Amino acid sequence: MTLYGGIFYAISAIILISTGAAITRRSPVHSVVYLVVSFFGTALLFYLLGAPLLAALEVIIYAGAIMVLFLFIIMTLQPGSQPVLPAVLKWTFPIVMAFICLGLGGLLMFVNAGMGSKLVTAMASPLSFGHFLFEYYWYPIEIASLLLFVGLVGALYLGKIEGKFLVKRDYEKKMGGSSQDSGPPGKE
Amino acid sequence: MIVPYGQVILLAGILFLMGAVCAVARRSLIMILIGVEIMLNAAGIALIGASLYWQALDGQAFVIFVMAVAATEVAVGLALIVYSQRRSGSVNADSYNIMKG
Repeated sequence: MTLYGGIFYAISAIILISTGAAITRRSPVHSVVYLVVSFFGTALLFYLLGAPLLAALEVIIYAGAIMVLFLFIIMTLQPGSQPVLPAVLKWTFPIVMAFICLGLGGLLMFVNAGMGSKLVTAMASPLSFGHFLFEYYWYPIEIASLLLFVGLVGALYLGKIEGKFLVKRDYEKKMGGSSQDSGPPGKE
Repeated sequence: MIVPYGQVILLAGILFLMGAVCAVARRSLIMILIGVEIMLNAAGIALIGASLYWQALDGQAFVIFVMAVAATEVAVGLALIVYSQRRSGSVNADSYNIMKG
């Protein structure tokens, strides 16, 4: 086992243990904190597999933005702890099916002889990766930006309260108007 | 020489199944969304391993799009959770049983 192989196994152990802890914690806050550890390990794995730009993006987007958004929503809603094992039967069936899938996948990979050669180390510099991305994939990048815009509009639409935006309701409350009536503002 | 490509795929598969079990078996809507995030992350690991195996940058390019989809999905999903908590007062998936016969 080479040095890089040992590093891979150590990172894999960290990812699997922290993810396994994340999906079994009782409190969602603990799950999110374990998941941040898992995403840091994934970023290390990306760097080991030759993607330094994506390792940085993994830390920034997944471990930073998405997990902070989860923590923010958990603190806003305060859902409280829920029992992980409400009934053993509810967990047994998915876990058994998951292990069947895992066993079949492992069997397929060990039967396939082409996967036996070891990966060589390589590193795609952010410069060459950016050139590649904007030379061959500029059109999907534009579509992804459109997707982010639609997601922004959808989140804003879902977040408004009963036909009014939150900012407007707060403004009316501050100005002494009633926030309960549904009529248009300014109608006396 | 790192490891055979099959072991990277095996790690990604185990992570994907962990996320699937979390999405299927947990009852809180927030934990279901976390399970989906774990599954998307596992797909990213598999794509980067494939990118190194075939020495092509297309796999890394796809991870960019997976990240964009994950960010959009978590934004809209959390907005939906807030909306349904406001409507029904609960984030437990078992409490949405109005149509139960």
